[in-house]
Amino acid sequence: MANWDLQALRSDFPILGSSVNGRPLVYLDNAATSQKPSQVLEAVDRYYREQNGNIHRGVHYLSQVATDAYDRAREKVARFIGAPSPRDIVFVRGATEGINLVAHGLAKCWLKAGDEILLTRMEHHANIVPWQQAAEQSGARVVVADITPSGEIDLEDFTRKLGPLTKVVSFVHASNALGTINPAREVIRLAHEAGAVVLLDGCQSAPHFRVDVSVLDCDFFVFSGHKVCGPTGIGVLYGKKEWLERLPVYQTGGDMIGRVSFEQGTTFREAPEKFEAGTPDIAGAIGLGAAVDYLDATGFDAIEQAEQKLRDHVAPRLREIPGLKIYGDVEAKVPVLSFTMDGIHPHDIGTILDTDGIAVRAGHHCAQPLMKFYGIPGTARASFAFYNTTEEADALVASLRKISKIFA
Amino acid sequence: MSELADLYQEIILDHNKRPRNYREMPECTCSAEGNNPLCGDEVKVSVRLDNDTLSDVAFQGQGCAISRASASMMTGKTKGRTASEARALSGQVRDMLLGPEAAPPPEVGDLAALSGVRKFPARIKCAMLPWHTLEAALAGQATATSESGD
Repeated sequence: MANWDLQALRSDFPILGSSVNGRPLVYLDNAATSQKPSQVLEAVDRYYREQNGNIHRGVHYLSQVATDAYDRAREKVARFIGAPSPRDIVFVRGATEGINLVAHGLAKCWLKAGDEILLTRMEHHANIVPWQQAAEQSGARVVVADITPSGEIDLEDFTRKLGPLTKVVSFVHASNALGTINPAREVIRLAHEAGAVVLLDGCQSAPHFRVDVSVLDCDFFVFSGHKVCGPTGIGVLYGKKEWLERLPVYQTGGDMIGRVSFEQGTTFREAPEKFEAGTPDIAGAIGLGAAVDYLDATGFDAIEQAEQKLRDHVAPRLREIPGLKIYGDVEAKVPVLSFTMDGIHPHDIGTILDTDGIAVRAGHHCAQPLMKFYGIPGTARASFAFYNTTEEADALVASLRKISKIFA
Repeated sequence: MSELADLYQEIILDHNKRPRNYREMPECTCSAEGNNPLCGDEVKVSVRLDNDTLSDVAFQGQGCAISRASASMMTGKTKGRTASEARALSGQVRDMLLGPEAAPPPEVGDLAALSGVRKFPARIKCAMLPWHTLEAALAGQATATSESGD
């Protein structure tokens, strides 16, 4: 933290200087998507201006430059999450596509009728619906582990539901709706002991703390580029080598084939190329590479400290507002604050905050089963990033106090 | 602030806090459930039709102040009207929110308080959901969604 220069960091993000509804933008919707630093914008721009060629297929100069840049991005991402090799990194459109790819593949090569897919009640719809589809295709069954009232996996219930029939465990590292962090290593160890393959949804962990997939020992890990200061349309699927080899192809077409023949049939390349049919989002991958460079240079120790400071500042002030309740109000969490206010619907909170230039998310956060667990239609969610300030947190608190008065 | 004051007028806040005709109606002749898949708002509208007249209208559900106030005012305003009058009123509300900017027609009465919603495009669906649902009920459909129409 010694060299933490917040104003300098903020000046890396052009959008943070903008105004909304005549007020300075206060961007607290980082769990939906993070803002992008100039370094990322410039990397994408440079690709299109100076490096634009298609990868893996040209003998010409630009094709080689683009291929090198794309491959370098894969190396950066592998280092970013502690993957043993860049070959364990598949570029996808986002975490959603990553989970679909794995669920689709496991339905074909691993799941059988009567098997169980163990999820938790706190999953994002993207980590529920693909498994419901996989269950339908394979005859397997989705089983749901309960969570504790404070918003973490109920390990007792999880252990009870984990058994010889459990073939897949898929769960969230840090909750998008609550910010709570699950004991991933412990859950993965238990799942492996039961013989299950494990997917970890890292959409909300990768932006906030150092993830090491080798230490976690998950079989699959997914995250979205746009939540880690990268572009939209690019995401990452990490898979252990043996699992990427085992999974069947997902989409098919150019770039992922070994040989195509009407007479002798078609062969496929090895992972990761066998999962990257067609021209990929080259600019997106390069932008993501620049984004993880940016986060590495900023440093996760400093990021964690800054975000902890923001949380320590805002949480007690929120709790003081009459009728305001924070969900998942625990000590160890990412800086996501999900709350309701008595008698005030989250959408009304969101609309009024917006008139003050404050961006939050209001609604069910693509986690309807979780909202049902708490018996609420939705929450308002203020999600912070390392570039937010305590003054912005104060603006949120002041606006919420005003809302309290309007609806009194 | 003035746009915000237009949106959350006193009458809207009052209907939100004390919604009228918020109840079940076991003796209803038709009802429909409306939902907004984007935000999860849900409303159930129940109607008792005597011949062609809406002799009773009630609603239930969970939603924001705009959708609750819209539903609450709708029940009071459509009670005693014929089905075609109720549909015409729904059309006037839609025009008020989505049509060219104009002074709300006198027929809409208190519903003119909803006109502030037109400055908040993201919220127009909230205001319209009860009306879509009423129209669905009158048409004999069981469900309505904010994605239809508009």
